[in-house]
Amino acid sequence: MTEQTAQPLDETVDDDRRNFIHIATGAVAFGGVAAFAIAAIDQWNPAADTRAASSLDVDISKVPLGSEIRVLIGGKPFFLRHRTPAEIAEAEAVNVENLRDPETDDERLRPMQDGKLNRAMLITSGACTHLGCVPVGPAQGNTGEYGGWYCPCHGSEYDTSGRIRKGPAPKNLPIPNYVYVSDTVVNISL
Amino acid sequence: MSGHESSYTPTNGFTKWLDKRLPIVRFANDTVVTFPTPKNLNYWYTFGGILAVCLAVQILTGVILAMHYEPNVNGAFASVERIMRDVPFGWLLRNIHANGASMFFFAVYIHMFRGLYYGSYKAPREVLWILGCVIFLLMIATAFLGYMLPWGQMSYHGANVITSLFGAIPLVGESLQTWILGGPSIGNQTLQRFFSLHYLLPFMIAAVVILHIWALHVPGNNNPTGVEVQDVEKDTVPFHPYYTLKDSFGIVLFLIVFAYFVFYAPNALGHADQSIEANPLVTPAHIVPEWYMLPFYAILRAITFDLGPIPAKLLGVIFMFAAIAILFVLPWLDTSKVKSMRYRPVARQFFFGFVAVCLLLGWCGASTPSNPVFPALQGEDALVVSYTQDGVEATSTYKGGGEAYVDAKRFMDGLPEDASPSLSAVPAPAFTFSQLSLILTFCYFGYFFILFFIGLTEKPKELPESIHKSVLKRHKATSATTAPAE
Repeated sequence: MTEQTAQPLDETVDDDRRNFIHIATGAVAFGGVAAFAIAAIDQWNPAADTRAASSLDVDISKVPLGSEIRVLIGGKPFFLRHRTPAEIAEAEAVNVENLRDPETDDERLRPMQDGKLNRAMLITSGACTHLGCVPVGPAQGNTGEYGGWYCPCHGSEYDTSGRIRKGPAPKNLPIPNYVYVSDTVVNISL
Repeated sequence: MSGHESSYTPTNGFTKWLDKRLPIVRFANDTVVTFPTPKNLNYWYTFGGILAVCLAVQILTGVILAMHYEPNVNGAFASVERIMRDVPFGWLLRNIHANGASMFFFAVYIHMFRGLYYGSYKAPREVLWILGCVIFLLMIATAFLGYMLPWGQMSYHGANVITSLFGAIPLVGESLQTWILGGPSIGNQTLQRFFSLHYLLPFMIAAVVILHIWALHVPGNNNPTGVEVQDVEKDTVPFHPYYTLKDSFGIVLFLIVFAYFVFYAPNALGHADQSIEANPLVTPAHIVPEWYMLPFYAILRAITFDLGPIPAKLLGVIFMFAAIAILFVLPWLDTSKVKSMRYRPVARQFFFGFVAVCLLLGWCGASTPSNPVFPALQGEDALVVSYTQDGVEATSTYKGGGEAYVDAKRFMDGLPEDASPSLSAVPAPAFTFSQLSLILTFCYFGYFFILFFIGLTEKPKELPESIHKSVLKRHKATSATTAPAE
């Protein structure tokens, strides 16, 4: 190190040039890491085939009255419930203003191709809005205090319109995107 | 100890040659043979060595299990059953691995409580403590990822509950959750990435363990008196043979307990629902994590109220993570200069209270939140008839066994038609687990804050002058009463 001070002037270190080289090299390395990070992070997002499997045609003509069928789309559960006239009446009679997540029964239905509502068929998500458990319903012999669904995990109770009435869940069972392809077939998509 | 001179002298030609090129024998000698260690360490201090054994056992059995496991939703459950039934000694390896996780956490909790009791987190060992907290976090992550792999009911729905916690984060929550799951829900892609990370994280733990031991060897071990080593000659003994043997004996005792679970109660710490293959359409009645996560699960569920703009769900998540995060800042929360609780008469009481709070939180985590804590004190259920009279909702309550039902039914029949009465059984008000969890959650955090104030006001007992003086004093006291030495 002591020898360096004795070197002639034209061999001294040019700090500006050296800094430029350091920063430029570092920037290239950082750019490379950042570019790889994009790929490394984005590969965890849903793949094309996963996204492609995100809708399903369901035949609703076979759903027994007063009961429901459950379908999985992209691993997510959905309920298709054939409601009795009494259940429909119960869902419509509720005073919406007192609900935690106020929605009328009509707002929770989608029109058929002729523009009318099919009140007998309620289609909702099957994941409790609390922590994602699957509530039990008529097929499991427990519809809870309000006649709809009961979540066994933490005791959330849903009514015959899938609205939250009691328990820790903050929201109604969400209504998925769906359209009536015909009078008896609905297409549900995520 | 820092600055402890290397006493290693290579004896033959080869070790002399090697010492100049890679002084690995010197390193091993200085680390595990001549390393000066306080002479008063008790058996609580053997859990460091026990944990090293646990990590080695988990990595060894885990690498072997990965040779037979199939990380695919269609084959995972069956491949685990195949390991249990068909693979030679597969049952043994899997029972060791599954119970090993429980043993690992059992040991780490004792290790952490020991650190809390003897003040091992205080200067100059803050970094050592923080590295330990990092290891604990990595352990939780590894255990959570590993629990999904058998693809049982509890795997699937437990992972569902925990990953949905990320959805509670405002703005980015939902996309973060989708990113973690790799799709709209837990699927094959999720299982595969969890498997990959479950294989990776133990090696990261091993790396942080190396840093942990490095950070231990700079200031040297703490000890039950909390008084630092002053005279290496008088206060310390070489690590080998004194602590290699003491640790080995502790490890043997620990392995006996371990073996008991592996051979006689391999499923005692597990959950029956794990023996059912994952079914996204059927949620188990009680989703509970493994026992070692229960206190944190209880804290998560304890928060059932919104706080201003923060919804209850997010608040629970914040408290759960805070319960671990607060450990990282503990060295600066505890204001007392005295390390060991032996000489802190007030803080000591609170420490034992804290241990009780942690155990009780575990009990809360395992219980149904709405159940009464003391069923014996539970009042009688009541039958409540709800009905509408003149457009106003009203109720009528009946108590007392079968007669109550008859009375309620008669009352309902007597109502006018438009009253639309409904009957429900309402449990009597009781002190529930969800209320107990909330109280215990505040006690948990309260401990760390009260340490701050105790440190400012507490009058500690007189500290021993040095480690060897405290040992001599204890030795005299025990030989006078002819009690066995510690």
